[in-house]
Amino acid sequence: MEPSYYLVLSAMLFTIGAVGFMVRRNAIVAFMCVELMLNACNLALVTFSHAWGLLDGQVASFFVMVVAAAEVVVGLAIIVSIYRTRRSASVDDANLLKF
Amino acid sequence: MNIPWLTVLGLLPLAGALLLVALPRTAARAAGLAVSLLALVLGGWVVAQHLAGAPLAEQVPWIPQIGAYWALGPTDGLSLTMVALTLVLTPVVLLASWRDEDRRGGASEAVRDVAEVRQREQVLVGAGGPERPATVGGGAGGGAATAAEQPRRWSARAFFALVLALEGFALLAFLTTDVLLFFLLFDAILLPMYFLIGAFGGANRKRAASRFLIFALGGGLIMLASVIGLYVVSARAGEPSFLVADLAALGIGGEVGRWLFVGFFIAFAVKAPMVPVHTWLPDAAEESTPAGAVLLVGILDKLGTFGMIRFCLGLFPEASLWATPVVLVLALVSILYGALAAIGSKDLMRLVAFTSISHFGFIVLGIFAWTSQSMSGSILYMLNHGLSTAALFLVVGYLVKRRGSRSVEAFGGVQKVAPVAAGLLLFAGLSTLALPGLSSFVSEFLVLAGTFSRYPAVAAVATLGIVLAALYILLMYQRTMTGPVTDDVRDHVRSDLDGRERLTLAPLVVLIVVLGFFPAPVLDAVAPVVGATLEQAGVADPAPSVGQEAN
Amino acid sequence: MTPLEVVTPTAASGLFGLAWLLIALPLAGALVLLLAGRLTDAWGHLLATLMPIGSFVLGVVLFVDLLGREEGARAVGVPLYRFIETGGWRIDAGLLVDQLSILFVLLITGVGSLIHVYSIGYMAHDPRRRRFFAYLNLFVAAMLILVLADNYLVLFVGWEGVGLASYLLIGFWQHKPTAATAAKKAFVVNRVGDMGMVLAIMLMLATFGSSAFVDVDAGAGQMGGTVATVMGLLLLLGACGKSAQVPLQSWLLDAMEGPTPVSALIHAATMVTAGVYLVVRANAVFTHTEVASTAVVVVGTVTLLFGAWIGCAKDDIKKVLAGSTMSQIGYMLLAAGIGPAGYAFAIFHLLTHGFFKANMFLGAGSVMHAMDDDVEMRHYGALRRALPITFATFGLGYLAIIGFPFLSGYYSKDHIIEAAFEHNVVVGVLAMVGGGVTAFYMTRLMLMTFLGRRRWAEGVHPHEAPAVMTVPLVVLAAASVVGGLVLNNWIEGWLAPAVRAEAHEASLLHFTPVAAVTLLLVAGGVALAWVLFGRRGVPRTAPSTRSPFVLAGRRDLYGDAFNEAVFMRPGQELVRVLGRADETLVGGGWSATGDVLAGLSQVGRRLQNGFVRSYALTMVAGVGMVAVVLVLGRLA
Repeated sequence: MEPSYYLVLSAMLFTIGAVGFMVRRNAIVAFMCVELMLNACNLALVTFSHAWGLLDGQVASFFVMVVAAAEVVVGLAIIVSIYRTRRSASVDDANLLKF
Repeated sequence: MNIPWLTVLGLLPLAGALLLVALPRTAARAAGLAVSLLALVLGGWVVAQHLAGAPLAEQVPWIPQIGAYWALGPTDGLSLTMVALTLVLTPVVLLASWRDEDRRGGASEAVRDVAEVRQREQVLVGAGGPERPATVGGGAGGGAATAAEQPRRWSARAFFALVLALEGFALLAFLTTDVLLFFLLFDAILLPMYFLIGAFGGANRKRAASRFLIFALGGGLIMLASVIGLYVVSARAGEPSFLVADLAALGIGGEVGRWLFVGFFIAFAVKAPMVPVHTWLPDAAEESTPAGAVLLVGILDKLGTFGMIRFCLGLFPEASLWATPVVLVLALVSILYGALAAIGSKDLMRLVAFTSISHFGFIVLGIFAWTSQSMSGSILYMLNHGLSTAALFLVVGYLVKRRGSRSVEAFGGVQKVAPVAAGLLLFAGLSTLALPGLSSFVSEFLVLAGTFSRYPAVAAVATLGIVLAALYILLMYQRTMTGPVTDDVRDHVRSDLDGRERLTLAPLVVLIVVLGFFPAPVLDAVAPVVGATLEQAGVADPAPSVGQEAN
Repeated sequence: MTPLEVVTPTAASGLFGLAWLLIALPLAGALVLLLAGRLTDAWGHLLATLMPIGSFVLGVVLFVDLLGREEGARAVGVPLYRFIETGGWRIDAGLLVDQLSILFVLLITGVGSLIHVYSIGYMAHDPRRRRFFAYLNLFVAAMLILVLADNYLVLFVGWEGVGLASYLLIGFWQHKPTAATAAKKAFVVNRVGDMGMVLAIMLMLATFGSSAFVDVDAGAGQMGGTVATVMGLLLLLGACGKSAQVPLQSWLLDAMEGPTPVSALIHAATMVTAGVYLVVRANAVFTHTEVASTAVVVVGTVTLLFGAWIGCAKDDIKKVLAGSTMSQIGYMLLAAGIGPAGYAFAIFHLLTHGFFKANMFLGAGSVMHAMDDDVEMRHYGALRRALPITFATFGLGYLAIIGFPFLSGYYSKDHIIEAAFEHNVVVGVLAMVGGGVTAFYMTRLMLMTFLGRRRWAEGVHPHEAPAVMTVPLVVLAAASVVGGLVLNNWIEGWLAPAVRAEAHEASLLHFTPVAAVTLLLVAGGVALAWVLFGRRGVPRTAPSTRSPFVLAGRRDLYGDAFNEAVFMRPGQELVRVLGRADETLVGGGWSATGDVLAGLSQVGRRLQNGFVRSYALTMVAGVGMVAVVLVLGRLA
């Protein structure tokens, strides 16, 4: 098996996620982009795990999934409550936390 | 079973602090005082053990990888003197603020109260008569006006808990013989003190508290660099260890020793405080409550001079000798600068703070004069200064609370209306100016005489400090207590010290007099540690030029 | 130089073991009165009066015991406890009862007891009488520590203790700003002297490793000349402060703000003579330094004239007496500076002066008592009828001080003048002139107060004081008269071992050319005063004058002006400048450091703009940079 394909795919997914996070204003979309990046990482982890024949990477990917799930729970709740109060899901509108 | 008594002694007040938070408000005070008295008894037992020839010591590996230990003791004269001071001052301070802290944080709060009363009276006059109860009418108007600028103080329970926490940290810091543990406690103790100033002080207390914290943390940070340096040095020499005894055995000298010494010394000089890093002290003392000022100057600042002996001289004797000329000059400057600033001070609490700067100059002078007499004198001075400054701060606090102003000019002729308060102020003042027969004299004389035997010129200049001391105390006494009674004083200072206030001063007065005539036990107790420190540095007392062979 | 013989005190036995009671009694009195508070208002003064009387009785017993001993065993050491021990120093608190100190004990407790008795009457109507007596007791205790100490450090404890008592008593009427100021001034000026004293003790410890009299005496011969000179000068500075000698004289005149019994006890009979005691006690040091001894003589001579000059110009009866006290102590110091030949005379004059000056001060108190506390002599006149007992006793004191033949001052002062002549002619002449001036100003005082026409204010009805006040006057007057006769032949021999002098045979009918000239000068002084003040009468207000001598005298020879110009104003300026610098330069400097940091963070915080996406961009950029660094690191 040639790991480079998987790695390239992972890099592309990560790039899409990163760029998406930076250019899109909608909080839900930004959130999805974060998930995309996490999964790109998972892919890379599993690939390396397979390539080296070690289980560490697969275990790590489980951790990432758990974190991602937890993040969804908290993050979505925050987004919903922001939407409720501000009537907007744009991350640029939620810019009160500044100097 | 082997009970670690020193740990128990140190943790008892900390546990007490936690307990207080859980107790109902009404019981908190009594419980706090009980804990501090229990600690005093326990401390007395520890001292008795030490004097009986069985010094207590505990040592448990804490972070073996870096050689950190939970090491308390072995107790010696230096640590026990400071422990005794801490144990005595804490109950006194608690009793002194028995009624204060719930609503009135002492000095400046009283200023506000007076303003409030005036306003209240005006409201009543304006309204044409007392149709409504004064408290309701005035409380709303005056309270609203002042509440904005003066957020409500924390509760007495919090005050007592903080004082106990401070006591616990101080006890552990004085007892520990592990550099890392000392460093942690050195910084941990800032927390309760920060809140004691920031939550209970006068109008500008926030600023003063921040200033205090920034200076102290800044010093602590520099010390941290040296602590890390110590680890590196000791790790290179073999097994890493933070124990003072192990580090001293390394004989750290040369360039490295000097850098590490400087790091420690700066931290201690800030804490002590010495000119020119003293500016936080007058502000902090001015803005904190009298009780807070006592703890600050009486106990917390002693960590600085304590650290100089234990860590600067103990770990880096060579570098300490190298720095001696500079330190002596700084000490002289502190002595004269503090005294002159005290003479010019128009605020009573500030004045007392400046006198302390002068006294810390004496203590540092004695430490760095490298004679057993001067160093014993310095350790004794730390104890005596704690007692006499505490008495001075407390009496001044009682008077300020009555008068509602800290300004020297606000007083006049008080001795006529409050003779006991005036008498005790004079007593505390005389102790501060080192009148023979009171405890400070012995220590100041030993510092000066010890210094004289090695550096006559330095001691001669320092002796000017005793003339200036007479000036700042007696000028203050003359301006505030003597002369005809002013109307303001007659209006506000309505009562002399009550029983509780006298009770707080009584132990201090007794100790000051007893130590003034019988200082020998303390001097005996500190002699071994002083001798060891000097021996380690390879310094011997200058021999008298004549007369010894005759004896 | 031959080493001095060191007197090793014999061990205390019997009653001497109780010598500490001398000090403890008045100290206990003071403590009881101060601590028990108002409870003792009713009887406190009686208790306080009993205490020094008790000490006096014990003192007499000890004195008689000493008298019965052979000469070598008259110095008794009474060790008390270990005071300080550190390093190589061991300072024991102990008492030394010897020929010198027992005389002081008798003077202090004797005169002290009389003044306590007198004060019962004098302070009868003062609401704070209890405190007054407490302070008096405290003073007696401290003064006894001073004279009984067996080493310089413990002596210093008493030395400052009397300073404290003096401070408290001068400022006793604290509601008067002048009294409070005078008290503070006395303490601060004394502290300047004490600085010398402290330095001297430190020098002793550094030189001998001990401050005990025996060790200093034993080692004195081996110390270097410079050390001896410095030590002597420092001790002299201490003596100048306590004894109000030039240049530290300025506090004594102001100290007259205190109640008159205080002036009599502290500022005439006992405390101010402590400087003389110190010089005599430290004779071992002064023997080895020509410079310091000469300085003592010079200070004594200058002050002798200085005080006399002030005494001539003042119209305040207490200040005349204060000037006279300065002058007489000048005589004592002069004698002490001469060396072994003069020590006994210094102490002799000190004792007689203690009698007659206390007598006159108490007499002045009696006059003030009669004149509603008026101290202005120009308001007196012709009081001899109204106050016969006061007049008689005061008159005897007057005759004693001017050196009327066969009264106490005649012997004691005459010895000093003769010794001065033997020492140095100039000093002798000046001392002799001083005798004439003394006669002048004391006669002036007598004439203005008791003789001449009455110049009382309206509504003043002078009356003789009650017996409780006049009896001490009579006793002291008797002592002033016979003191010289009794002590003249005896004191020199008695003191000789203690001060290491050789005793001379002094005759009661001793008459020399010097004595004759002195008597002539005294007569001249009396006559001049009679011409100026007796015959012409005294105006009720001080006449304006252009005479620089009188003007200077009225202003205390510009002592205060000097201190003010040289020390006070520059000092105040320094304090002011330093206070400002502390706030602006030092405090401001640290604040400025903080402000700079705060300014930097003002700039830095702009980066926190609140836009999540720009944070993300920053993160990506950061990660990119890290990646670049890693890659470059690999390549390198």
